[in-house]
Amino acid sequence: MTLGITPSQTVGPYFAYGLTPNGRYDWKDTFGNDLVTPDADGERIRIEGRIIDGDGVPITDSMLEIWQADAQGRYANPADPRPRNSTFQGFGRTGTDAEGRFVFETIKPGPVPGPDDTPQAPHILVAVFARGMLRQSYTRIYFADEPGNAADPILALVPEERRATLIAAKSVQNGHPVYTFDIRMQGDAETVFFEI
Amino acid sequence: MTFYFPTQSLSAFPPRLSPGYKSTPKRCPTKPLILMKHTLSELTGPVYGQDAVQPGDEDLTRQHAGEPLGERIIVHGRVLDEDGRPVPNALVEIWQANACGRYIHVVDQHPAPLDPNFTGAGRCKTDENGHYKFITVKPGAYPWGNHPNAWRPAHIHFSMFGHSFVSRLVTQMYFPGDPLFPFDPIFNSVTDEAARNRMISVFDLENTVPEWALAYRFDIVLRGRNQTPMES
Repeated sequence: MTLGITPSQTVGPYFAYGLTPNGRYDWKDTFGNDLVTPDADGERIRIEGRIIDGDGVPITDSMLEIWQADAQGRYANPADPRPRNSTFQGFGRTGTDAEGRFVFETIKPGPVPGPDDTPQAPHILVAVFARGMLRQSYTRIYFADEPGNAADPILALVPEERRATLIAAKSVQNGHPVYTFDIRMQGDAETVFFEI
Repeated sequence: MTFYFPTQSLSAFPPRLSPGYKSTPKRCPTKPLILMKHTLSELTGPVYGQDAVQPGDEDLTRQHAGEPLGERIIVHGRVLDEDGRPVPNALVEIWQANACGRYIHVVDQHPAPLDPNFTGAGRCKTDENGHYKFITVKPGAYPWGNHPNAWRPAHIHFSMFGHSFVSRLVTQMYFPGDPLFPFDPIFNSVTDEAARNRMISVFDLENTVPEWALAYRFDIVLRGRNQTPMES
Protein backbone atom coordinates (compact mmCIF):
# COMPACT_ATOMS: atom_id res chain seq x y z
CA MET A 1 0.00 0.00 0.00
CA THR A 2 1.31 3.45 -0.90
CA LEU A 3 -0.39 6.51 0.55
CA GLY A 4 -0.26 10.00 -0.87
CA ILE A 5 1.43 12.41 1.50
CA THR A 6 -0.47 15.20 3.21
CA PRO A 7 0.22 18.50 1.42
CA SER A 8 2.20 21.26 3.05
CA GLN A 9 0.55 24.58 3.94
CA THR A 10 2.08 27.84 5.10
CA VAL A 11 2.79 28.46 8.79
CA GLY A 12 1.00 31.77 8.22
CA PRO A 13 1.63 34.97 10.17
CA TYR A 14 0.51 33.72 13.60
CA PHE A 15 2.66 30.68 14.38
CA ALA A 16 4.80 32.42 17.02
CA TYR A 17 2.56 31.80 20.03
CA GLY A 18 2.49 28.09 19.22
CA LEU A 19 5.97 27.34 17.86
CA THR A 20 8.28 30.14 19.03
CA PRO A 21 6.58 31.80 22.05
CA ASN A 22 9.94 32.66 23.69
CA GLY A 23 8.33 34.24 26.74
CA ARG A 24 6.00 36.50 24.78
CA TYR A 25 3.00 34.20 25.03
CA ASP A 26 1.48 31.96 27.69
CA TRP A 27 2.93 28.79 26.19
CA LYS A 28 6.29 27.10 26.58
CA ASP A 29 8.78 26.49 23.79
CA THR A 30 9.31 22.95 22.57
CA PHE A 31 12.70 23.91 21.12
CA GLY A 32 14.94 26.94 21.29
CA ASN A 33 17.89 28.52 19.54
CA ASP A 34 20.56 27.36 22.00
CA LEU A 35 21.62 23.84 21.05
CA VAL A 36 24.62 23.61 23.35
CA THR A 37 24.48 20.99 26.10
CA PRO A 38 26.95 21.12 29.02
CA ASP A 39 28.50 17.80 28.02
CA ALA A 40 28.97 18.64 24.33
CA ASP A 41 32.57 18.94 23.24
CA GLY A 42 33.72 20.91 20.24
CA GLU A 43 33.95 24.58 19.40
CA ARG A 44 31.08 26.74 20.62
CA ILE A 45 29.91 29.07 17.89
CA ARG A 46 27.15 31.54 17.15
CA ILE A 47 25.38 31.61 13.83
CA GLU A 48 23.54 34.79 13.00
CA GLY A 49 22.00 36.39 9.97
CA ARG A 50 18.98 37.93 8.38
CA ILE A 51 16.37 36.66 5.99
CA ILE A 52 15.47 39.00 3.13
CA ASP A 53 12.63 38.91 0.58
CA GLY A 54 12.65 39.76 -3.13
CA ASP A 55 12.25 43.49 -2.42
CA GLY A 56 15.23 43.49 -0.06
CA VAL A 57 12.86 43.73 2.89
CA PRO A 58 13.67 41.70 6.04
CA ILE A 59 11.24 38.85 6.67
CA THR A 60 10.19 39.45 10.25
CA ASP A 61 7.68 36.61 10.54
CA SER A 62 9.70 33.58 9.56
CA MET A 63 10.85 30.53 11.48
CA LEU A 64 14.14 28.74 10.96
CA GLU A 65 14.92 25.20 12.03
CA ILE A 66 18.40 23.72 11.92
CA TRP A 67 19.66 20.14 12.08
CA GLN A 68 23.29 19.22 12.52
CA ALA A 69 25.79 16.61 13.62
CA ASP A 70 27.97 16.84 16.73
CA ALA A 71 31.63 17.84 16.75
CA GLN A 72 32.57 14.35 15.55
CA GLY A 73 30.06 14.45 12.70
CA ARG A 74 27.53 12.10 14.34
CA TYR A 75 23.76 12.60 14.31
CA ALA A 76 21.55 12.01 17.35
CA ASN A 77 19.22 9.72 15.42
CA PRO A 78 18.83 5.92 15.17
CA ALA A 79 19.74 6.04 11.46
CA ASP A 80 23.26 7.01 12.57
CA PRO A 81 24.36 3.99 14.65
CA ARG A 82 27.71 5.40 15.76
CA PRO A 83 27.91 5.77 19.54
CA ARG A 84 27.92 9.35 20.82
CA ASN A 85 29.58 10.84 23.88
CA SER A 86 27.10 13.61 24.80
CA THR A 87 23.44 14.55 25.00
CA PHE A 88 23.82 17.09 22.18
CA GLN A 89 20.68 16.76 20.05
CA GLY A 90 21.56 18.97 17.09
CA PHE A 91 18.14 20.50 16.49
CA GLY A 92 17.19 24.15 16.96
CA ARG A 93 14.31 26.47 16.17
CA THR A 94 13.90 30.23 16.26
CA GLY A 95 11.70 32.97 14.89
CA THR A 96 13.13 36.08 13.25
CA ASP A 97 12.94 39.43 15.02
CA ALA A 98 11.67 42.84 13.89
CA GLU A 99 14.78 43.25 11.72
CA GLY A 100 14.49 39.78 10.21
CA ARG A 101 17.42 38.58 12.30
CA PHE A 102 18.05 35.15 13.78
CA VAL A 103 20.68 33.72 16.11
CA PHE A 104 21.67 30.18 17.02
CA GLU A 105 24.15 29.18 19.71
CA THR A 106 25.60 25.80 18.92
CA ILE A 107 28.80 23.82 18.41
CA LYS A 108 30.61 23.49 15.15
CA PRO A 109 29.74 20.16 13.54
CA GLY A 110 32.41 17.78 12.32
CA PRO A 111 32.68 16.31 8.82
CA VAL A 112 29.78 13.98 8.00
CA PRO A 113 29.83 10.78 5.95
CA GLY A 114 28.71 11.45 2.39
CA PRO A 115 27.78 9.47 -0.69
CA ASP A 116 30.22 6.85 -1.99
CA ASP A 117 32.42 7.22 1.11
CA THR A 118 33.19 10.84 0.21
CA PRO A 119 33.17 12.90 3.40
CA GLN A 120 31.01 16.01 3.50
CA ALA A 121 32.51 19.20 4.84
CA PRO A 122 30.99 20.39 8.13
CA HIS A 123 27.54 21.80 7.46
CA ILE A 124 24.14 22.49 9.00
CA LEU A 125 20.78 21.89 7.35
CA VAL A 126 18.31 24.77 7.48
CA ALA A 127 14.56 24.70 6.89
CA VAL A 128 12.91 28.09 6.30
CA PHE A 129 9.22 28.63 7.07
CA ALA A 130 7.19 31.85 6.78
CA ARG A 131 3.95 33.48 5.83
CA GLY A 132 3.92 33.39 2.05
CA MET A 133 5.85 30.13 1.95
CA LEU A 134 3.50 27.26 1.18
CA ARG A 135 6.24 24.75 1.99
CA GLN A 136 9.60 24.96 3.71
CA SER A 137 12.71 25.75 1.72
CA TYR A 138 15.90 23.85 2.54
CA THR A 139 19.39 25.25 2.44
CA ARG A 140 22.78 24.39 4.01
CA ILE A 141 25.23 26.41 6.06
CA TYR A 142 28.91 25.72 5.35
CA PHE A 143 31.81 27.41 7.15
CA ALA A 144 34.25 29.74 5.43
CA ASP A 145 37.29 28.44 7.33
CA GLU A 146 36.83 24.79 6.34
CA PRO A 147 39.30 23.54 3.73
CA GLY A 148 37.02 20.54 3.16
CA ASN A 149 34.53 22.77 1.32
CA ALA A 150 36.60 22.43 -1.84
CA ALA A 151 35.96 18.68 -2.00
CA ASP A 152 32.40 18.66 -0.64
CA PRO A 153 30.19 16.53 -2.91
CA ILE A 154 27.07 18.64 -2.36
CA LEU A 155 28.75 22.01 -2.91
CA ALA A 156 30.12 20.47 -6.11
CA LEU A 157 26.52 20.18 -7.39
CA VAL A 158 26.05 23.95 -7.06
CA PRO A 159 27.09 26.27 -9.91
CA GLU A 160 30.38 27.77 -8.82
CA GLU A 161 29.16 31.36 -8.97
CA ARG A 162 26.38 30.56 -6.48
CA ARG A 163 28.37 28.56 -3.91
CA ALA A 164 29.27 31.61 -1.86
CA THR A 165 25.63 31.96 -0.81
CA LEU A 166 26.03 28.77 1.24
CA ILE A 167 29.21 29.73 3.06
CA ALA A 168 29.01 31.58 6.36
CA ALA A 169 31.69 34.21 6.96
CA LYS A 170 33.63 33.97 10.21
CA SER A 171 34.30 36.80 12.63
CA VAL A 172 35.22 36.98 16.29
CA GLN A 173 33.05 39.03 18.63
CA ASN A 174 34.07 39.35 22.29
CA GLY A 175 36.36 36.38 21.80
CA HIS A 176 33.47 34.25 20.56
CA PRO A 177 33.46 32.81 17.02
CA VAL A 178 30.51 34.06 15.01
CA TYR A 179 29.43 32.88 11.57
CA THR A 180 27.19 35.17 9.54
CA PHE A 181 24.72 33.56 7.17
CA ASP A 182 22.16 35.76 5.43
CA ILE A 183 19.32 34.12 3.54
CA ARG A 184 18.12 35.92 0.41
CA MET A 185 14.98 34.43 -1.06
CA GLN A 186 15.48 36.17 -4.43
CA GLY A 187 17.80 38.52 -6.32
CA ASP A 188 21.26 38.23 -7.83
CA ALA A 189 22.63 36.76 -4.61
CA GLU A 190 19.64 34.46 -4.06
CA THR A 191 20.58 31.75 -1.58
CA VAL A 192 20.89 28.27 -3.01
CA PHE A 193 18.00 26.04 -1.99
CA PHE A 194 17.85 22.27 -2.39
CA GLU A 195 15.05 20.05 -3.62
CA ILE A 196 15.28 17.27 -1.07
CA MET B 1 14.39 -0.17 9.55
CA THR B 2 15.90 2.23 7.04
CA PHE B 3 13.85 4.67 5.05
CA TYR B 4 14.05 6.54 1.82
CA PHE B 5 12.19 9.65 0.81
CA PRO B 6 11.22 9.77 -2.86
CA THR B 7 11.08 13.34 -4.10
CA GLN B 8 8.32 12.38 -6.54
CA SER B 9 5.96 12.29 -3.56
CA LEU B 10 6.42 16.06 -3.26
CA SER B 11 4.14 16.49 -6.28
CA ALA B 12 1.31 16.56 -3.73
CA PHE B 13 2.72 19.81 -2.32
CA PRO B 14 1.67 23.26 -3.51
CA PRO B 15 4.07 25.15 -5.78
CA ARG B 16 6.19 27.70 -3.95
CA LEU B 17 4.91 30.42 -6.27
CA SER B 18 1.13 30.58 -6.08
CA PRO B 19 0.17 34.10 -7.21
CA GLY B 20 -3.38 33.91 -5.82
CA TYR B 21 -1.76 33.92 -2.40
CA LYS B 22 -0.18 37.32 -2.62
CA SER B 23 2.61 36.82 -0.11
CA THR B 24 4.24 34.12 -2.24
CA PRO B 25 5.77 36.03 -5.20
CA LYS B 26 8.40 37.91 -3.16
CA ARG B 27 9.17 35.05 -0.80
CA CYS B 28 9.72 32.07 -3.09
CA PRO B 29 13.05 31.05 -4.61
CA THR B 30 13.26 32.01 -8.28
CA LYS B 31 16.44 30.20 -9.30
CA PRO B 32 16.41 26.44 -9.91
CA LEU B 33 16.54 24.32 -6.77
CA ILE B 34 19.56 22.01 -6.60
CA LEU B 35 18.67 18.34 -6.85
CA MET B 36 20.77 15.99 -4.75
CA LYS B 37 20.82 12.47 -3.39
CA HIS B 38 19.96 12.32 0.28
CA THR B 39 22.96 11.98 2.56
CA LEU B 40 23.07 11.01 6.21
CA SER B 41 22.22 14.64 6.97
CA GLU B 42 18.85 14.40 5.19
CA LEU B 43 18.13 10.82 6.30
CA THR B 44 18.26 11.72 9.99
CA GLY B 45 16.21 14.14 12.08
CA PRO B 46 15.51 15.18 15.63
CA VAL B 47 14.46 12.74 18.32
CA TYR B 48 13.00 14.43 21.39
CA GLY B 49 13.21 13.57 25.05
CA GLN B 50 10.33 12.75 27.34
CA ASP B 51 10.21 16.34 28.54
CA ALA B 52 9.16 17.67 25.12
CA VAL B 53 5.51 17.10 26.00
CA GLN B 54 3.90 17.53 29.42
CA PRO B 55 0.63 15.91 30.53
CA GLY B 56 -2.25 18.20 29.62
CA ASP B 57 -0.49 19.85 26.69
CA GLU B 58 -2.99 18.08 24.39
CA ASP B 59 -6.06 19.66 26.04
CA LEU B 60 -6.45 23.27 24.85
CA THR B 61 -9.62 23.71 26.94
CA ARG B 62 -7.83 23.35 30.31
CA GLN B 63 -4.95 25.78 30.13
CA HIS B 64 -6.66 28.60 32.04
CA ALA B 65 -8.88 29.19 35.07
CA GLY B 66 -12.09 28.69 33.12
CA GLU B 67 -13.25 26.88 30.02
CA PRO B 68 -13.06 28.59 26.63
CA LEU B 69 -16.23 29.56 24.82
CA GLY B 70 -17.17 27.73 21.65
CA GLU B 71 -17.94 24.29 20.41
CA ARG B 72 -15.77 21.71 22.21
CA ILE B 73 -14.31 19.17 19.80
CA ILE B 74 -12.02 16.16 19.78
CA VAL B 75 -9.44 16.14 16.98
CA HIS B 76 -7.61 12.88 16.56
CA GLY B 77 -6.05 10.61 13.98
CA ARG B 78 -2.90 8.76 13.07
CA VAL B 79 0.44 9.84 11.71
CA LEU B 80 1.53 7.40 9.00
CA ASP B 81 4.34 7.10 6.50
CA GLU B 82 3.90 6.49 2.79
CA ASP B 83 3.82 2.74 3.32
CA GLY B 84 0.90 3.18 5.72
CA ARG B 85 2.99 2.31 8.75
CA PRO B 86 2.25 4.26 11.93
CA VAL B 87 4.88 6.80 13.00
CA PRO B 88 5.18 6.32 16.78
CA ASN B 89 6.52 9.01 19.14
CA ALA B 90 6.00 11.67 16.50
CA LEU B 91 5.76 15.18 17.89
CA VAL B 92 2.55 16.95 16.82
CA GLU B 93 2.19 20.67 17.57
CA ILE B 94 -0.96 22.66 16.79
CA TRP B 95 -2.09 26.27 16.94
CA GLN B 96 -5.39 27.86 15.99
CA ALA B 97 -7.79 30.78 16.30
CA ASN B 98 -10.45 30.81 18.98
CA ALA B 99 -14.14 30.13 18.36
CA CYS B 100 -14.59 33.72 17.14
CA GLY B 101 -11.81 33.41 14.58
CA ARG B 102 -9.36 35.53 16.59
CA TYR B 103 -5.73 34.57 17.15
CA ILE B 104 -3.98 35.53 20.36
CA HIS B 105 -0.98 36.67 18.25
CA VAL B 106 -0.29 40.41 18.66
CA VAL B 107 -0.51 40.99 14.90
CA ASP B 108 -4.12 39.79 14.69
CA GLN B 109 -6.19 42.89 15.42
CA HIS B 110 -9.42 42.12 13.61
CA PRO B 111 -12.56 43.07 15.55
CA ALA B 112 -13.45 39.77 17.19
CA PRO B 113 -13.00 39.10 20.90
CA LEU B 114 -10.09 37.31 22.49
CA ASP B 115 -11.04 34.59 24.96
CA PRO B 116 -9.15 34.88 28.27
CA ASN B 117 -9.55 31.13 28.68
CA PHE B 118 -8.05 30.15 25.35
CA THR B 119 -4.50 30.41 24.10
CA GLY B 120 -4.90 28.08 21.13
CA ALA B 121 -1.65 26.10 21.25
CA GLY B 122 -1.17 22.41 22.02
CA ARG B 123 1.22 19.54 21.53
CA CYS B 124 1.37 15.79 21.96
CA LYS B 125 3.29 12.74 20.81
CA THR B 126 1.81 9.86 18.88
CA ASP B 127 1.47 6.53 20.67
CA GLU B 128 2.91 3.23 19.46
CA ASN B 129 0.14 3.01 16.84
CA GLY B 130 0.80 6.52 15.54
CA HIS B 131 -2.35 7.85 17.18
CA TYR B 132 -2.71 11.36 18.57
CA LYS B 133 -5.62 13.20 20.18
CA PHE B 134 -6.36 16.82 21.06
CA ILE B 135 -9.30 18.42 22.86
CA THR B 136 -10.02 21.96 21.73
CA VAL B 137 -12.76 24.24 20.46
CA LYS B 138 -13.75 24.60 16.84
CA PRO B 139 -11.96 27.65 15.40
CA GLY B 140 -13.91 30.34 13.58
CA ALA B 141 -13.34 31.63 10.07
CA TYR B 142 -11.49 34.94 9.96
CA PRO B 143 -10.88 37.76 7.49
CA TRP B 144 -7.48 38.50 5.97
CA GLY B 145 -6.13 41.11 3.61
CA ASN B 146 -5.20 38.98 0.62
CA HIS B 147 -8.02 40.28 -1.60
CA PRO B 148 -11.34 42.07 -1.10
CA ASN B 149 -13.63 40.20 1.29
CA ALA B 150 -11.08 37.44 1.84
CA TRP B 151 -11.85 34.92 4.59
CA ARG B 152 -9.89 31.88 5.62
CA PRO B 153 -11.89 28.68 6.08
CA ALA B 154 -11.77 27.42 9.66
CA HIS B 155 -8.55 25.48 10.17
CA ILE B 156 -6.08 24.18 12.73
CA HIS B 157 -2.35 24.50 11.98
CA PHE B 158 -0.42 21.22 12.40
CA SER B 159 3.35 20.78 12.68
CA MET B 160 4.89 17.28 12.61
CA PHE B 161 8.25 15.57 12.65
CA GLY B 162 8.59 12.14 11.06
CA HIS B 163 11.47 9.79 10.37
CA SER B 164 13.87 12.50 9.15
CA PHE B 165 14.42 16.21 8.60
CA VAL B 166 12.96 15.88 5.08
CA SER B 167 9.71 14.38 6.39
CA ARG B 168 9.10 17.55 8.44
CA LEU B 169 5.60 18.82 7.65
CA VAL B 170 3.61 21.92 8.50
CA THR B 171 0.06 21.85 7.22
CA GLN B 172 -3.48 22.98 8.01
CA MET B 173 -6.45 20.80 8.92
CA TYR B 174 -9.78 21.94 7.51
CA PHE B 175 -13.33 20.98 8.45
CA PRO B 176 -15.67 19.09 6.12
CA GLY B 177 -18.15 21.02 4.01
CA ASP B 178 -16.71 24.49 4.56
CA PRO B 179 -18.42 26.94 2.14
CA LEU B 180 -15.21 29.01 1.96
CA PHE B 181 -13.16 26.30 0.22
CA PRO B 182 -13.73 27.56 -3.35
CA PHE B 183 -12.54 31.05 -2.42
CA ASP B 184 -9.39 30.32 -0.41
CA PRO B 185 -6.09 30.62 -2.30
CA ILE B 186 -4.11 28.83 0.40
CA PHE B 187 -6.35 25.74 0.39
CA ASN B 188 -6.45 25.83 -3.42
CA SER B 189 -2.68 26.27 -3.74
CA VAL B 190 -2.70 22.47 -3.67
CA THR B 191 -3.69 21.92 -7.28
CA ASP B 192 -4.40 18.19 -7.12
CA GLU B 193 -7.94 17.64 -5.86
CA ALA B 194 -7.22 14.30 -4.19
CA ALA B 195 -4.23 15.77 -2.38
CA ARG B 196 -6.26 18.85 -1.39
CA ASN B 197 -8.97 16.68 0.10
CA ARG B 198 -6.40 14.96 2.31
CA MET B 199 -6.24 18.22 4.29
CA ILE B 200 -9.95 17.99 5.20
CA SER B 201 -10.81 16.18 8.41
CA VAL B 202 -13.68 13.69 8.56
CA PHE B 203 -16.60 14.06 10.93
CA ASP B 204 -16.29 11.08 13.27
CA LEU B 205 -19.57 10.15 14.92
CA GLU B 206 -18.10 6.97 16.39
CA ASN B 207 -15.62 8.91 18.52
CA THR B 208 -18.01 11.68 19.45
CA VAL B 209 -18.58 11.71 23.21
CA PRO B 210 -22.32 11.98 23.91
CA GLU B 211 -23.38 15.08 25.84
CA TRP B 212 -19.82 16.43 25.61
CA ALA B 213 -17.96 16.87 22.30
CA LEU B 214 -18.09 16.15 18.57
CA ALA B 215 -15.09 14.40 17.03
CA TYR B 216 -13.13 14.96 13.83
CA ARG B 217 -10.59 12.56 12.45
CA PHE B 218 -7.47 13.77 10.62
CA ASP B 219 -4.92 11.23 9.45
CA ILE B 220 -1.57 12.65 8.34
CA VAL B 221 0.82 10.98 5.89
CA LEU B 222 4.47 12.00 6.11
CA ARG B 223 7.27 11.29 3.66
CA GLY B 224 9.13 8.04 4.17
CA ARG B 225 9.12 4.58 2.61
CA ASN B 226 10.80 1.33 3.46
CA GLN B 227 14.21 1.08 1.86
CA THR B 228 13.38 -2.38 0.54
CA PRO B 229 9.69 -2.32 -0.35
CA MET B 230 7.98 -5.70 -0.48
CA GLU B 231 6.34 -6.31 -3.84
CA SER B 232 3.17 -8.37 -3.69
